[in-house]
Amino acid sequence: MPEGGWDDAVMDAAVKVEGLSKRFGDVHALDGIDFGIAQGTIFGLLGPNGAGKTTAVRILATVLKPDAGHAEVLGHDVVHDAESVRMLIGLAGQYAAVDPNLTGRENLALMGKLAQVEPSAIGPRAAELLQQFDLMDAADRPVRTYSGGMRRRLDVAASLVQKPPVLFLDEPTTGLDLQSRHELWRAIRTLVDEGTTVILTTQYLEEADQLAHRLVVVDRGAIIAEGTARQLKDRLGGTVIEMTMAGEDDIARAISLVEPIAGAKVERDGLLLRLPSPDGSHLLAQVIRRLDEEGVLPATVSLREPSLDDVFLSLTGHVAEDATAAEGAQERAKGGDGR
Amino acid sequence: MTVEVAAARLPTIRRSGLSKEFHDGTAMMGRNLIAYKRVPQLLVFSTIQPIIFVLMFRYVFGGVVQKSLPPGVEYVNFLMPGIWVQTVVFGAIAAAIGLATDLKSGMLERFASLPVTRSAVLVGRTGADLIRNVFVVILMLAVGMIVGFRVGTNVIALIAAMALVALFGFALSWIFATLGLAVKDPETAQAAAFPVLAPLVFASIAFVPANQMPGWLQPWANNQPVSAVVLAARALVNGGPTAHYVIQALIWCAAVLLIFVPLGVRTYRRAL
Repeated sequence: MPEGGWDDAVMDAAVKVEGLSKRFGDVHALDGIDFGIAQGTIFGLLGPNGAGKTTAVRILATVLKPDAGHAEVLGHDVVHDAESVRMLIGLAGQYAAVDPNLTGRENLALMGKLAQVEPSAIGPRAAELLQQFDLMDAADRPVRTYSGGMRRRLDVAASLVQKPPVLFLDEPTTGLDLQSRHELWRAIRTLVDEGTTVILTTQYLEEADQLAHRLVVVDRGAIIAEGTARQLKDRLGGTVIEMTMAGEDDIARAISLVEPIAGAKVERDGLLLRLPSPDGSHLLAQVIRRLDEEGVLPATVSLREPSLDDVFLSLTGHVAEDATAAEGAQERAKGGDGR
Repeated sequence: MTVEVAAARLPTIRRSGLSKEFHDGTAMMGRNLIAYKRVPQLLVFSTIQPIIFVLMFRYVFGGVVQKSLPPGVEYVNFLMPGIWVQTVVFGAIAAAIGLATDLKSGMLERFASLPVTRSAVLVGRTGADLIRNVFVVILMLAVGMIVGFRVGTNVIALIAAMALVALFGFALSWIFATLGLAVKDPETAQAAAFPVLAPLVFASIAFVPANQMPGWLQPWANNQPVSAVVLAARALVNGGPTAHYVIQALIWCAAVLLIFVPLGVRTYRRAL
C-alpha cells in the first residue's frame, strides 16, 4: 500500500468515481462528482442531510443506477457488472435493516446465505460477529426485543458476514450512545487493518476526524472540499472562539476591540461572535483581558474545535441546512412517477 | 481490468441459473416462514376470520340461501369451497403488507446490494404465502368437516381442489406483492387492498348463487376469477361436470401469473 493516498494507488483503487450524477425530479442529488479511494483505507463522505452522500453510497452499492457518469468497485462497473460488485461489498444503510422476527443469529445467517457464503462457514462467522459486537447474550432472541443500539450493531455486523473487501456504512453511528459509537469505531479500524476498504458517510466532523484517512465534503450534490479532517480543521484555524454579547452596542465595540488583537475578521451571527483561530486559548485570554479592561464582557464564552457547521460556513458561506428539499424530492420521485 | 483484492473474504459459492433461483428463493422463503412461527398472531388472525365466516354463513344465512339452491344440494357443501377461496384471497394481502414493510425498513435496499437474483425477494414472499395457504386451507377443510361438510367425490378430486385453491392464492400473492411495492407503505397497501378484494369475494358465487343477485350484477358474478375458481373447486368436491370449470380456473391462474410475475419483478427493481 503506497503511503501517499489514492493518487499513488489509482491502479489498485478500491473505488473510482467519475462524473457521477443522479437526479430525482428537479433536484440534482449528485451533480457530477469524482473521487478515488485506495484499498485498505477509510474514506469519509461528510455533509449535511440531503447533500447527496446516501445517493452516492446507494449507487456504489448497486442499489440505484446513476443518470450519468461512471463508477467502479475493485475494477467492476457498478452498472454493467453489478453482480460482480455485489460479491465484493457489504452495505449498512441508514436504517437498521434487520428482520425483527428473526433472532440476531438468524439475521446474520440469512445475510451469509444471500451473500453466497459457503454454508459451513456461515455458523462460525455469525458467532464470531455476535461476539465482536457484544450481542452474544441476545444472539437467540428475536430482534424485536433488541434496543435501538443493539439493532444498529447487528445491522453493521450483518454487512460484515461475508468479510467484504469493500464496506459501505451510511451514517453508522447515528442513534448510538457514546460507548457503542467508540466500540463501532474500534471494529471499523480492525476491519481496515485486515485490508477492508471502508466508505463511510457522516454528519459529524469528529467522526470523520477519528476514522477517515481522507474525506470529501459534499454539499448539494457536489464536492466542495477534500483532504484529511486535520487539513479541513487547519483551514479553519484549528479552534473556534464563540462569544455571545449582551446587546447590539456591545457587539460593535467588541468587534472593534477584538479584530486588531486577532488580526482576523470576526464573524457575526445575531448576538453571537465567532472567531476562528490557530491558537484559540492564547487568543481567548488576550481577548477577555481586553474586553474586561473596556467593560464589555460577553455573556457567554466558549472555545471549541471546529464543527461541520464551521466547515460549511467557511467553505460555502451558508450554514449546513438540514436540506430536506433533496430528500423530499427523492421521496416524491420514488412514490410518484414509477421510473 | 480486475483489481487485485487485498482483503480476505470468506469462501463463496458462485451459483447460477435455476440452482441460484432456488437457493436465493428458499433462503428468503425461510425468513418469511419464521415470521409465522414467531408471530403466531399472523396465522391466528388469518384463520379466525374464515372460521367466523363458516359459522355465520352456515348457521345464520344458510337457511335462507338453502332455499335458492337446486334440490339435493346441501348449503354447507356449496359453501365450503367458497370459504377456501375467500381465505386465500384475503390472505394474499399479507404479500402487499410484507413487501411494503420490507421496503420501508430498508431490508429491500440491503437485499439489492447482495448477489441475489432479482426475483428472490418476490419468490420468497409468495412462496411462503403459498405454504401458509396450504396449511390454512387444510385447517378450513377440518372446520368444514366439523360443521357437516362432506366430500361427494373422492380423495384425489379433493386434493386437486385444494391444490387449485392454493395455486389461485399463489397467483393473487403476485398481484398483491406488486401492489405493495407500488404503494410502498404498509398501511396504504392494506387500505388499497380491500376495495380490490371486496367486489371479487362478495360479488361472487362463493356464498350465494348468482340467481339471487340483481340482473346487472350476474354477468360479473358469473365471470370473474374468484367465481371461476369456486366453481371448479365445487365441481371437484361435489361432483358433476368438472373439466370445463377446472380449465377456466387454470386459465385465470395462468393469466394472472403471466402478467404479474414479470410486472412484480419490474416493480421491485424500480421501487428502490
